[in-house]
Amino acid sequence: MQTVEEIKAAIEAAVPGARVEVILNPGPAAEHSLLLSHAQASDIATFLRDHPAYKFDFLSNVSGVDWLDKEISEKVKVTKPVTKTVDGVEQTAEETVEETRKRVEPGYLESVYHLYSIALRHGPLVLRMRTSNRTDQVEMPSLTPVWRSAEFQEREVFDLYGIRFTGHPDLRRILMWDEFKDHPMRRDYVEPDDFEYEPTPHDAVLKRAQEHKSREQGI
Amino acid sequence: MSVTEFRLARAEGWNRPPVIEPGGEGELLEVAMGPHHPSTHGVFRMDVTLDGERVIKLKPVFGYLHRNHEKIAEGTTYLASMPYTDRLDYFCSLTNNWAYALAVEKLVGQDVPERAQYIRVILAELTRIQNHASSIGFLMQEMGASGTPLMYAFKEREKILDLFESLTGSRMMCNYMRFGGCRVDVNAAWLDAARKVVAGLPAFIDEFEALLTTNEILMARCQGIGILNPDLAINAGVSGPMLRASGVNYDIRKVDKYGIYDRFKFRVPLGDHGDIYDRYMVRVLEMRESIVILDQALKDIPAGPIMDSKAKIRGFRPKPGEAYGRIEAPKGELGFYLISDGTGNPYRYRVRPPSLINLTILEDMCLGSNVADVVLIFGSVDIVLGEVDR
Repeated sequence: MQTVEEIKAAIEAAVPGARVEVILNPGPAAEHSLLLSHAQASDIATFLRDHPAYKFDFLSNVSGVDWLDKEISEKVKVTKPVTKTVDGVEQTAEETVEETRKRVEPGYLESVYHLYSIALRHGPLVLRMRTSNRTDQVEMPSLTPVWRSAEFQEREVFDLYGIRFTGHPDLRRILMWDEFKDHPMRRDYVEPDDFEYEPTPHDAVLKRAQEHKSREQGI
Repeated sequence: MSVTEFRLARAEGWNRPPVIEPGGEGELLEVAMGPHHPSTHGVFRMDVTLDGERVIKLKPVFGYLHRNHEKIAEGTTYLASMPYTDRLDYFCSLTNNWAYALAVEKLVGQDVPERAQYIRVILAELTRIQNHASSIGFLMQEMGASGTPLMYAFKEREKILDLFESLTGSRMMCNYMRFGGCRVDVNAAWLDAARKVVAGLPAFIDEFEALLTTNEILMARCQGIGILNPDLAINAGVSGPMLRASGVNYDIRKVDKYGIYDRFKFRVPLGDHGDIYDRYMVRVLEMRESIVILDQALKDIPAGPIMDSKAKIRGFRPKPGEAYGRIEAPKGELGFYLISDGTGNPYRYRVRPPSLINLTILEDMCLGSNVADVVLIFGSVDIVLGEVDR
């Protein structure tokens, strides 16, 4: 199989407007992946499936991943004028100081696709798509029209992570029940405290059970 | 060829189930088959719309056994998930162990010693035989042959489970493999017992086949029913005996050559028509090929350690990165996708369940057939709900 860089170049040559980024995998497996732009994702997928040199006809696995907002503290060198008194005379001099700055890198939801080729027996090729944030812009194009095997798996990602796959023929919850509100695989998911408790609650569960009970009685 | 031409090369919606218009004058009947139905192998529901006897719509409903296995695994260490993998496909806990161990070994770049590789192959092939035998038994059960073929299969399965029990301490929840090897070594007595069981297997399969393969009822109920064409099978991610019954030559043991499968000589049985009968036949032939592998592995197994000396057990913290490991489990491609962020718990732990993905085309296979055949088509997929719902 070609390297991801070569595949990236081929995609960008064949699909007009496609933006593809190589995401390196630092681990020993070294399965690097390609981050696809949303608008052309379906075209890229069709290209990878049908082009005789690639023929990625088998979409093996679709997984959702939740990346939380990351607070990054970096040390930045800042040069600023400092006033000093040297031998009774005030002097202004430029001095470089190291400062720690914090910035928040916004989190996102990601779906990862593992492709294999049955015709040419190569793979895996890893594709990724990312949403803009974790709250309101969670749309992503569905690859189900290209590979049917994504049908249940994208439903599962929608159910457990809350990514909305546009163009999916039947986007419903699959594992949780339809009335369920949240997305349980998200990293910041908090269990509701109104589930049926075990008969002999203890420790933290007991505390939450009592809190829930007192709140209910208050209402 | 440009992308637009690729797009035009296939008709729009070619991989979607066809829409069947009801014929006749009667009313449509909506039946919820399951979740408590003897033929659903657990708690699974099919919402079937019937026009007389004919199925015109079928929607599978999942989640009755959902326990968010993946979330549980994210909250615990890598090794602590190993016993949980037994509970996915509880018929084949040893292949589940292997798939997970393989993914973690890929994540950290861990080698596995020779002897452990042989033990893994022996256990995986024994697992495959008992899984295929019982899945055929269940299929016959669903055909109305109450109990008898299933008990023939279980008689043989029991011998294999006895081997598992004497080695791992448990019949089904084996929790046997470790990252970089196996938990306990096999001794000479166990190997002899295994050889004895394997030596008895061909006679069992001959007997099984003599009773079933040319059985008139089986042929009448299975041939030409539930046909899956190879193009759709590949596109829908179908794997394992289901895929090969449709004539697609794809066995991960041959393609990836994980473990030491490149050392064994074995053939990959393929179907011709992609119907239930081919799936039955492919499973029977796969059992025979598994015996061929077992004979070679039990003959060649070398002495040596069963754990890699560099394998880390305490304080196991893979470096940041990700890996996707997959094996040819008895039901299809079982994969584990792991992302490490450098801590002791996996950041993301994903199971690629063959049982769930093989059900993607259940509706396509059932549409237009009689409701009694739905039970058979479903049985021929061979699923375990512990893995479907996770």
